[in-house]
Amino acid sequence: MLDDADRRLLRYLQSDPEAPVSEIAERAGLQPTTAARRLERLRAQGVLRGSHAVIDWAALGYAVEVSLRFTLDKTQARAFDEFQAAARDIPEVIAIQTFLGRVDVRLSVIARDMADYQRLYRDSILTLPHIADIEALMHVATLKTSETLPI
Amino acid sequence: MSWDDTDMAILRVVQQDATLGAGAVGRAVGLSQPAVWRRLQRLRAAGVITGRRVDLDVEKLGFGVTVFLGVKLATKGRVSLEDFERACMSIPEVQTVQHVLGLYDYRLRVVARDLSDFERVLRRRIMTLPGVGNVEANVLLSEERRPGPL
Repeated sequence: MLDDADRRLLRYLQSDPEAPVSEIAERAGLQPTTAARRLERLRAQGVLRGSHAVIDWAALGYAVEVSLRFTLDKTQARAFDEFQAAARDIPEVIAIQTFLGRVDVRLSVIARDMADYQRLYRDSILTLPHIADIEALMHVATLKTSETLPI
Repeated sequence: MSWDDTDMAILRVVQQDATLGAGAVGRAVGLSQPAVWRRLQRLRAAGVITGRRVDLDVEKLGFGVTVFLGVKLATKGRVSLEDFERACMSIPEVQTVQHVLGLYDYRLRVVARDLSDFERVLRRRIMTLPGVGNVEANVLLSEERRPGPL
C-alpha cells in the first residue's frame, strides 16, 4: 500500500511538521504537486490523521505531571468502560491508555502544584469507579518525546 | 504571562488542527485574523505552543505493537544515568523517554512491528542498556489523548 516515496514523505514530515509541503517534497526528491497528491491520498487512507499543536502545560502554569497507573476490579464486567467514561470528565486528565499487563489503565494527569494535585487526587481520582490499586509515577523530565516512528 | 479565555479557545482549536491558518482559527473563535496571529505569536514566544505533532496511524504503517516499559536502574551514579539516557535515546524504536520518580526510574515508549520484533528490541537493545535493572512491560491496547484543562 505504501511505497518508498510515501515513507520518505512521512519521514520528513514527522521530523519537521512545520515545514511547507514544497520543502518536504524537495527533501523526499519529489515534485511539489506529486508530494501534495501523495499526502492527500495518505490523508484519505487514514495513514496521516492530522497535525496537532503541542502544548507545554508547564508554560501554562501546570508544573506537576503525574502518571497514575490503575489496576481495576475485573470482577465488574463494565469496569473498563465505566472507569474510562468517568476519567474523560476530569479536565486535568490529558491522556487515557489501556494496557495488557500488570497495569490496566494509565492516566496522565496535570496540576498547577502539589496542593492542586492533592485536591485533584482526593476529589476526582479516588472517586473513579472500580479501582483496585493505584500507583503514581511523578514526572521529573521528558528527555525524548518525538514519538517519531522509524518508518 | 497571563492568558485569557480567548487564548484558551485558540489553543483548543490548534490542538485539534495545527494546519489551520490564523484566518480559519479566527473564524472558529470569533476573532479577526491579525488578532489571532498576534496571540499565536505570543503563545509561541512564551513556549506554550512548542511545535507540532504529526498524527500517523501506527498500525497502518506496520507498527502493530506499542509497549510501555518501566525501567529500574541496577546501579545509580551520575555517570550511569547519563550513559543510560544517551543510549536509550539513540534507539530508533524508543519514541519517548521520561525520567520518573516512584516505582521506576524511567518510562519508555517503544514501537515494534509485532511481538517477535518487540522481543528482538527488548533483548538486543533494552536489556543491553548500561545500568539497566528490573524492566516491566505493558502492551498498549488503546490510547486516547484528551484536550486537557483548556
